[in-house]
Amino acid sequence: MQTDKEILIKLAQQNPSELSPDELGQTALLRKIQIPRPLVMVNSSTSGIVAGSMRTWEAIEQYAAERSIDIDLAETGSIGLSSEDPVISVQLPGRCRIFFSRITAEKVSCLLDDLFHREVPDQHVIGQLIREGQEPWKDVPSLEDIPYFALQSRIVLESCGIIDPFSLEEYIAGGGYRAFLLTIRSYTFSEVCDLVSDSGLRGRSGGGFSTGEKWKAAFRTPSDQKFLVCNAEESDPGAFMDRTLMEGDPFRLLEGISIAAYAIGSNRAYIYIRSEYKNAIRRINNAIKILREMGLLGDNILDSGYNLQISLRKGPGAFVCGEETALIASLEGRRGIPSSKPPYPSTSGYLGRPTVVNNVETLSNLPGIIRNGPDWFKGIGTTECPGTKIFSISGRVKLTGLVEVPLGTSFDTIVNKIIGGVGKGRELKALHVGGPSGCMVPVELMDIPVTYETLKEKGLIMGSGGIFVMDDQSCVVNTVSYFMEYMNKQSCGKCIPCREGTRRMAEILRSIIRKPADEEEHTTLDRFKGMMRLETLAEVMKDTSLCGLGQNAPNPVVSTLKYFKNEYEEHIFDRRCPSNSCTELRSWFIDVDLCTGCSICAKRCPAEAIIGTARHPYFIVQEKCIGCGICHEVCKFTAVYYK
Amino acid sequence: MADETARIEVILKRFPQIKRNALIPLLQAVQDEFGYISEEAISRIGTHLSLPTSKIYGLATFYNQFSFTPRGFYHVVLCNGTSCHMRCSGELLSELAKLLEIKDGETTRDGLFSLEVQSCIGACGQSPVMAVNCEYHSRISVKEVREIIKQYREDADR
Repeated sequence: MQTDKEILIKLAQQNPSELSPDELGQTALLRKIQIPRPLVMVNSSTSGIVAGSMRTWEAIEQYAAERSIDIDLAETGSIGLSSEDPVISVQLPGRCRIFFSRITAEKVSCLLDDLFHREVPDQHVIGQLIREGQEPWKDVPSLEDIPYFALQSRIVLESCGIIDPFSLEEYIAGGGYRAFLLTIRSYTFSEVCDLVSDSGLRGRSGGGFSTGEKWKAAFRTPSDQKFLVCNAEESDPGAFMDRTLMEGDPFRLLEGISIAAYAIGSNRAYIYIRSEYKNAIRRINNAIKILREMGLLGDNILDSGYNLQISLRKGPGAFVCGEETALIASLEGRRGIPSSKPPYPSTSGYLGRPTVVNNVETLSNLPGIIRNGPDWFKGIGTTECPGTKIFSISGRVKLTGLVEVPLGTSFDTIVNKIIGGVGKGRELKALHVGGPSGCMVPVELMDIPVTYETLKEKGLIMGSGGIFVMDDQSCVVNTVSYFMEYMNKQSCGKCIPCREGTRRMAEILRSIIRKPADEEEHTTLDRFKGMMRLETLAEVMKDTSLCGLGQNAPNPVVSTLKYFKNEYEEHIFDRRCPSNSCTELRSWFIDVDLCTGCSICAKRCPAEAIIGTARHPYFIVQEKCIGCGICHEVCKFTAVYYK
Repeated sequence: MADETARIEVILKRFPQIKRNALIPLLQAVQDEFGYISEEAISRIGTHLSLPTSKIYGLATFYNQFSFTPRGFYHVVLCNGTSCHMRCSGELLSELAKLLEIKDGETTRDGLFSLEVQSCIGACGQSPVMAVNCEYHSRISVKEVREIIKQYREDADR
């Protein structure tokens, strides 16, 4: 009698084409293709929980208990459509699984009633996942036919939102851990390095440095101990790809870490994860525990003689710890302050030993590369930049979520075709790519293919892959000012250009988006001079800052001064925000025809700037108005407007 | 007070190795247990790891996770990510500051509320987002903030 463990290891070793009919049946069961009972899967990733998926979960439990229906309820990750959460998927035995959007607790009973009567409701349907041996539903689009999925190449995200992140069985049945077993049984350390270097995989955290070369440098350095560190300190506001990956498919990351650690000959790996990622931490800890029990982690893994320990370290929260030398300092128990390179961490890193720091997405690419070979990987994307990249898209768009496309795809495809562009009646103004140290991409540059090189040529950077979409109602200067305030807070303070430069820049930008304190002539001149100084200041910061944070901090300012100078000028000379989003620059007025003289605005005005007598139109004294907009909020007759 | 000392000792026992790289996990354990890092905890950790307390305080103030004042009964976290900022999280923050009469990182005098602004909660599709003791409120307006806080106040009175 074989134990479950042996069966699983056997499954992981075999090619899918060589499986016996018995094993095929097992795989179908484990992959939830054949199921004995109806199955409901709830997206319990962070964005799902925020949208209320736990209440949906309880409602489903209650529904099943009340009607004594035997159903399987399981957690899953996000399929990437975070604005459509809570997303749930329902699968009836023998039928395809259907995904539904925005299923809040009160919609559960209605939806499940319909489905158990073999009817699909008209609303909330995203699509169905068509897999072998299942009967498709009529009139339900396949997931592959919806524009959002059709234009993506999901390689790293392939199982996110489909599999149960707590189940190793499901991951292995879907082809998981074959790459790791192949690595430790058939390749030497340097062969794995060569293979990955041959595939052309480059770091996905922004730098775009060849992963294989980084490994080789660490592998060649003689040392009694080497370390692999997975950088999961994703602190960019608006970036959530690493989080979604870890929450949706933690075993893929751990398999990637195991492969990378083996390649550099390391027995110790750390995952440095942001402490706020409680959900991801829970899943990774659970995954590590299961892998230890299975013997896929620990001493002498499957009698190969290779030992590996992976431990999780919670980052105490500092943006600068995304930089590798700062991250290592933080691991060592010091302040997360970067140090100058060389020496590079790959020769002298954690505790002075060779250390490779790789990003979550980079590591999650590895199982696929080992399983399918470097040539398969080179076939995706462009020659210099093979593979795919995940972008997290937020802002003023129809859908917020993750998009995985081959490198070389244009921004136009990503934003307009896949995500569906900006809201109805709005106009796309710009994309902010790469988080707080990223660049503003104007609409004219939307057609360029996205690779590390093409972006660099235009003076832009890819960063970690967060794209923030702005329409005609979002203000460029306001956004840049927000980023600069953020960078100022996050600067570690070690070098002066970054510490003082970000502060002065934030001050200049703040003065542009606020009303001047007095109306004397020289204040305008001062504001204008500030703008002129921004350019020189940016240059100094770029040339003299110690680490990437300071060097890239002026990026948003430089790119907007280049492409959106007119917006700055309008703010300074006309004291007007073209998109009306800088609240302090708004001028409020009362429409005399609509005002009934109810006096509520005058009572609520914090600056006592509204005067008038009851039952007659009121008037706003512009000199006193602070532009808070409370009058607009409280007016029942929409008589208050701004221009 | 004696109770606190005992709890700190229990945490210290979990970290037997006296190494610098145990410092951050230790502080995190204290933060998780008490919700803040007290002076006593810092001095106890200092003796345990043979580190001057000034070094520990210097490290702890560098990172955002650690706080030095006790958290309120309701810990309010407001997201100020790019997406939330664009959807007026700044106005929500000034509303919260006005309602609770505290700033970011502070606790009300009665110990009922504390306020924290986080750089990104990671639910950009649901922005703006606010969490009170891990209970999330998504796509909220200034008006809803007022109602939510009022609700918690009423709950606390009961």
